[in-house]
Amino acid sequence: MKTVAELNDIVKQVRRDIVRMVHAVQSGHPGGSLGCAEYFTVLYQNTMSYSAVPFNMEGKNEDVFVLSNGHISPVFYSTLAHAGYFDKSELATFRKLESRLQGHPATEEGLPGIRIASGSLGQGLSVAVGIAQSKKLNKDAQNVYVLMGDGELQEGQNWEAIMYAGHNKVDNIIATVDFNKAQIDGSTTDIMGFHELNSKFESFGWDVMEMDGNDVASVTAGLEEAKQRSGNGKPVVIIMKTEMGNGVDFMMGSHKWHGIPPNDEQLASALDQNISTIGDY
Amino acid sequence: MVNTEVLEKKDTRSGFGAGLLELGRTNPEVVALCADLTGSLKMNAFEDEFPDRFFQAGIAEANMIGMAAGLATGGKIPFTGTFANFSTGRVYDQIRQSVAYSEKNVKICASHAGLTLGEDGATHQILEDIGLMKMLPNMVVINPCDYNQTKAATIAIAEHHGPCYLRFGRPKWPVFTDPNQKFEIGKAWTIQEGTDVTIFATGHLVWKAMEAANELEQQGLSVELINIHTIKPLDDAAILKSASKTGCVVTAEEHQMNGGLGDSVCQLLARNTPTPVEMVAVDDQFGESGKPEQLLDKYGLGTVDIVNAVQKVIARKNG
Repeated sequence: MKTVAELNDIVKQVRRDIVRMVHAVQSGHPGGSLGCAEYFTVLYQNTMSYSAVPFNMEGKNEDVFVLSNGHISPVFYSTLAHAGYFDKSELATFRKLESRLQGHPATEEGLPGIRIASGSLGQGLSVAVGIAQSKKLNKDAQNVYVLMGDGELQEGQNWEAIMYAGHNKVDNIIATVDFNKAQIDGSTTDIMGFHELNSKFESFGWDVMEMDGNDVASVTAGLEEAKQRSGNGKPVVIIMKTEMGNGVDFMMGSHKWHGIPPNDEQLASALDQNISTIGDY
Repeated sequence: MVNTEVLEKKDTRSGFGAGLLELGRTNPEVVALCADLTGSLKMNAFEDEFPDRFFQAGIAEANMIGMAAGLATGGKIPFTGTFANFSTGRVYDQIRQSVAYSEKNVKICASHAGLTLGEDGATHQILEDIGLMKMLPNMVVINPCDYNQTKAATIAIAEHHGPCYLRFGRPKWPVFTDPNQKFEIGKAWTIQEGTDVTIFATGHLVWKAMEAANELEQQGLSVELINIHTIKPLDDAAILKSASKTGCVVTAEEHQMNGGLGDSVCQLLARNTPTPVEMVAVDDQFGESGKPEQLLDKYGLGTVDIVNAVQKVIARKNG
């Protein structure tokens, strides 16, 4: 287990990676990526048990992660690199021609750590449920983790999967909703409010937790608790409160940084706010 | 002459059910998912014998396809079952992203395709599914012609690593292929050789094409009849060779003209050896309620329509 200080060092580096990657190609999604830097770092550094090398697609006897809201690929790629799936120098190819780091995660180019394409929203939970079922058939005791955006819950397929997993007691799945209350066109409250999200999950037979997603100690404790609560007849969901753009002051608190890149000046400011810790790619 | 003495009629969906059951017994990695149509898809026997490997998805096809992609990720060989309409159009983006683009070993098995679904009408009579599925990179598309071929195809797709679409239907239909056949994906089956015209047929219309071929032979024409059970990958070599030999082609299928077998054959011929082609297919229309034979006749997919298409294309060749 990494300490809080070690985790925070990695988080700062992940933030630098995110803004540098998006700045370099002047495209990509920094806001949601920054908001989930702590979650990804804790998940891959402390929570999950896995083998990065060699990467095994089936993930037998490993914990497996599925990213449903694929547009936050920068944080995913940076995390995978720091977890040893591939060399961090490859982050420089993000969104460029011939890269394994596609705009949205994909398996076709064979990037280690990616098990399913995502980007068209609402599909990841179903995939995670399927992987979880394969683990049960294989008598594999490890868990399946999946991250979804909150705006993404507007996609109906999620509710098919939520209903299925509750009814069928798929209790080896730990879902997390990135509850940042923002989507491209504005706040989720304005666009399509969730009104008592916790009780919605509960009524479908899920075990619901909450956690602060922008504090590594809270995320570590929350994911450990989720692990304890899994295997008890209910799928587990964590409603994770985050701030879009967290760690870069001018991006915080606004949905406007969902999908636009920083300019040179903004990049410099973002990097000043997150001094390099374990080295840039 | 092809033997069109019918000994037995069976539905192709039952061929799927029988093939799936056999797979259950021979391959422990095969699992099945169904969206509340277990009886219609003839998946009951698999469910009864392998309850742990059967997943009832409820009326939630999008989630079923996603779960199948997940099960495939975990090393299983999932077979999904529902009507062709709900297997394709309803879940196209799920198939595109989670199955085809993600290269998942999912077998999408679709019953009640085409007009021969009958009385349920156009909401269920999908005639666009071959086109939808063949457009997806990585996707294999198979439309077998009878019970035995459907059973053999079901078993064969489990051996092929990658996404497959297997299309079959509801009505009881003549059984005329070898019960012990080895199904080869992408390999055309020459039912009879001839020199005046080639008929390329798929699915239920293979039987109609056999009836048509017999009529045409009685008129003194030499008909080459080839079953294209795999629309993708297409057996380019077999099609080009036969078209070069006979010099004119008729395609026959229970599908829209746009996007079906005829469309694939025409693309191939136009790029290689341009050849007169007549297409027996539905011409940009939705179906309607009725009996299968009535519908095939009304929408121009009957035996007589294939006969007429052959006469027309031969006239064009000679003209």
